[in-house]
Amino acid sequence: MAEQRTAGERATSTGPGRVLVLIYLLFAIAATSRAGVQIATKFDEARLAYLLSAVAAVIYIVATVGLARDGAFGRRLAWVCCTVELVGVLAVGAASVLAPDAFPHETVWSGFGRGYGYVPLVLPLIGLYWLRRTARP
Amino acid sequence: MNGPLATLTIVASLVLAGWAGVATARNRPPGRSHLVGLGVLGLIVVALTVAAVIAIAEGERPASMATFVGYLVTIVCLPPLGWVLARMEPTRWGSGIVMTVCLVVPVLVLRLEQTWSVVSHG
Repeated sequence: MAEQRTAGERATSTGPGRVLVLIYLLFAIAATSRAGVQIATKFDEARLAYLLSAVAAVIYIVATVGLARDGAFGRRLAWVCCTVELVGVLAVGAASVLAPDAFPHETVWSGFGRGYGYVPLVLPLIGLYWLRRTARP
Repeated sequence: MNGPLATLTIVASLVLAGWAGVATARNRPPGRSHLVGLGVLGLIVVALTVAAVIAIAEGERPASMATFVGYLVTIVCLPPLGWVLARMEPTRWGSGIVMTVCLVVPVLVLRLEQTWSVVSHG
């Protein structure tokens, strides 16, 4: 159900893109489960960290949908999400290193995604690169 | 949760990841061996899940039940998900999908063991 593509654009959801969609899907599941458990069981301990987890989860979900849906709208959606993700992982990563007291509880983006093998740091870069590459004829 | 079944899952998964990695490197789509491999891995993971459910039914409790069940559900869904996506992508990237799934499964087994052993080690 891919939308209409402009001439010269390639699908974001096939080839290497399908591996990317899979990895985004896995992170959407991981972040959603983590945020769900944190908010359901101990929300009062660290509201900011757990809300951040939830925001990250939503971004991963929307990025997955954007990349999988393809077309102009999906592409824009994925671009916005990858950008927010990159800013988020850099900001939260820096904050968790510079002011660890403010982030005593782990989120997906703490320590630049250390808990997830730094994949959260690399993933938005690959996403943006892939969007650029498929946009060229 | 720290039994031979968990070790078997990790080893089988890594072997299949390596085998799919070879196909990716050689620019080959996933073959029958990869799909059968995913099927076998799926069965091993189901066995692991059944063992965990039996242990819970017998009164053992992981440190965080919700987290543990979340990992269990995810790990059971992964091999079938990889199978479907690999079938949709009959290129080298289909093999890449098999490899990715098989690299994630061992991580999930380790996380399952961590969530479990917190209780068993007090």
